[in-house]
Amino acid sequence: MGILEVKNVGKRFGGLQALSNVNLSIAENTVHALIGPNGAGKSTLLNCLVGKLIPDTGSVMFDGQSVLGRTPYEINQMGISRVFQTPEIFGDLTVMENMMIPCLAKRDGVFKLNALRTLGRDAEIRDKAEQMLIDMNMIEKREMHSASMSRGDKRRLEIGMCLAQEPRLLLLDEPTAGMARADTNNTIDLLKQIKAERDITIAIIEHDMHVVFSLAERITVLAQGTPLVEDVPEKIKGHPKVREAYLGESAAAA
Amino acid sequence: MLGLGKKDFILLGIVAALVLLAPFILNPFPADSALAQFNAGYPDLMQRFMIFGIFAVGFNILFGLTGYLSFGHAAFLGVGSYSAVWMFKLLSMNVIPAIILSVVVAGLFALLIGFISLRRSGIYFSILTLAFAQMSFNLAYSVLTPLTNGETGLQLTLEDPRILGVSQTAAGGIPVTNLFGMEMRETTTLTLGGWAFQFNNGYYLCGALLLLAFYISIRIFRSPFGLMLRAVKSNQTRLNYTGLNTKPYTLAAFVISGMYAGLAGGLLASMDPLAGAERMQWTASGEVVLMTILGGAGTLIGPVLGAGFIKYFENIFSKINDNVLHSWFHILPDSIENAVIWVVEHFVGSGWHLTLGLLFMLVVTFLPGGLVQGGQKIGRLFRRRDAAAKATQSTPAE
Repeated sequence: MGILEVKNVGKRFGGLQALSNVNLSIAENTVHALIGPNGAGKSTLLNCLVGKLIPDTGSVMFDGQSVLGRTPYEINQMGISRVFQTPEIFGDLTVMENMMIPCLAKRDGVFKLNALRTLGRDAEIRDKAEQMLIDMNMIEKREMHSASMSRGDKRRLEIGMCLAQEPRLLLLDEPTAGMARADTNNTIDLLKQIKAERDITIAIIEHDMHVVFSLAERITVLAQGTPLVEDVPEKIKGHPKVREAYLGESAAAA
Repeated sequence: MLGLGKKDFILLGIVAALVLLAPFILNPFPADSALAQFNAGYPDLMQRFMIFGIFAVGFNILFGLTGYLSFGHAAFLGVGSYSAVWMFKLLSMNVIPAIILSVVVAGLFALLIGFISLRRSGIYFSILTLAFAQMSFNLAYSVLTPLTNGETGLQLTLEDPRILGVSQTAAGGIPVTNLFGMEMRETTTLTLGGWAFQFNNGYYLCGALLLLAFYISIRIFRSPFGLMLRAVKSNQTRLNYTGLNTKPYTLAAFVISGMYAGLAGGLLASMDPLAGAERMQWTASGEVVLMTILGGAGTLIGPVLGAGFIKYFENIFSKINDNVLHSWFHILPDSIENAVIWVVEHFVGSGWHLTLGLLFMLVVTFLPGGLVQGGQKIGRLFRRRDAAAKATQSTPAE
């Protein structure tokens, strides 16, 4: 029984069957990659896991509890954090302020009217946020306006913000999309380090096979809204069905 | 001190000093001089500086922090005024219960309107608040006449029941508002040479409440709650995916700023116990938006400056009429004098809105951060000059 169990999930947008009969089980403390050609339904599936979309059929269970019908913030409080394809951070705030928000969310829950407490004197939150920035190797940028950072730094901050909540499942949506090679390698190293240091399950959607094969312990290939194969990376590499899905039938035949 | 950082404490201290000394600062010209009409140190106007300062400080908690632009905050001001006047009519002429009731009623009203309006954001939110405020205005103006006395406005009469007090004074007049016996309208005048400085009880009550309101606003800005409100403005998606529900945060900000508006409304009625529907009209809602933006939205002191600026223009520039202009320009030859006055008169008197509009355009174009940004720019200029001066001084020594 995995930490995340997706059973028979289907989702239709008008005439398009985006997902059909998706079954997926992600084991605890593994890195599970979800790959597939454009339009395979990877992002739709991800959105079904975090409460942005509600599937038409099937069930999504996280740690024995259904996530369906819950709002994104409720699902997040259950222990699922999400990193977006384009880094979603608080661009108007400093790096330190960015990092304090998930620390507060972890401690105080979905809402707390602590309007007369002074943030600067909250040693617990400050220490935790600082430690997280040290872990992310960006403490020297703490007073920087986060919108002015490079894309790689924004991504690093976003991952750090997700980790500050101590999630059990971290979802990454193309974490290296649009990054230079050096930044991509940094991100791979960061994720490897995170995995080594924490009890955390990581699910990653990625196009870059270099990233996938560097990180994943299991890979699910999605094509036309349904899982094609699921196996360890070594077996996926030469799998004929995968070649077919990516390169088209004729290429596979040739 | 007081749970504030050093900078914030100094800022609060400066505002406190300005409030305390305003009767002097706003009265720089001798009473019989030609410039006396630029004096703003009379009780009525000083009270308005404080009251609209409170209004704008509260509005800034919503608009400056969360970015939700309400176009209906005058409704809460009006509700506060009506509540206060009813308290004067029914309970007592003491301002304390009246102010408490106006804050509570405005808070409840804001809870209702906020709950509905905050289902939408951006322009839709603004339009919803505007619609609610206009609805409130029309209700007050006609439908709810038994409660609001319609277009005449709610006033005290000689027949008010007033449980803890008298319906009429011994002399047969309407009793006046007071704070445990201290009359709000009571003014002491200090004459020093040509100057006449006026110290009014009501003004100092308003000033004390402005300081309290300003202090609470600083605390909110520096609190985890304040950080969440800024996060709402910056990125709601990330906030949702960080396990935080944005709705109660925005609603709390809306209610708090509604209570500030209620306090302002209650104070208006405490200084002059009447309430009219025009206080709720959309122009009044727009005015507080102007004050906040002009002063600097999202800054602590900006809204207070903006409120002072606009109220000064409204009360001082609007009083400059043809006679005053003629007395200024009488040294010029007649034809030139008339030409100059023809130009200038469009910008003063009833044309003061034109001057304000031009200034507003200049400020938002060149100082998007409002008057506060202007102050910062000047400050930086001086510091740079200081630094440059020091650099040139130290060069020969090397």
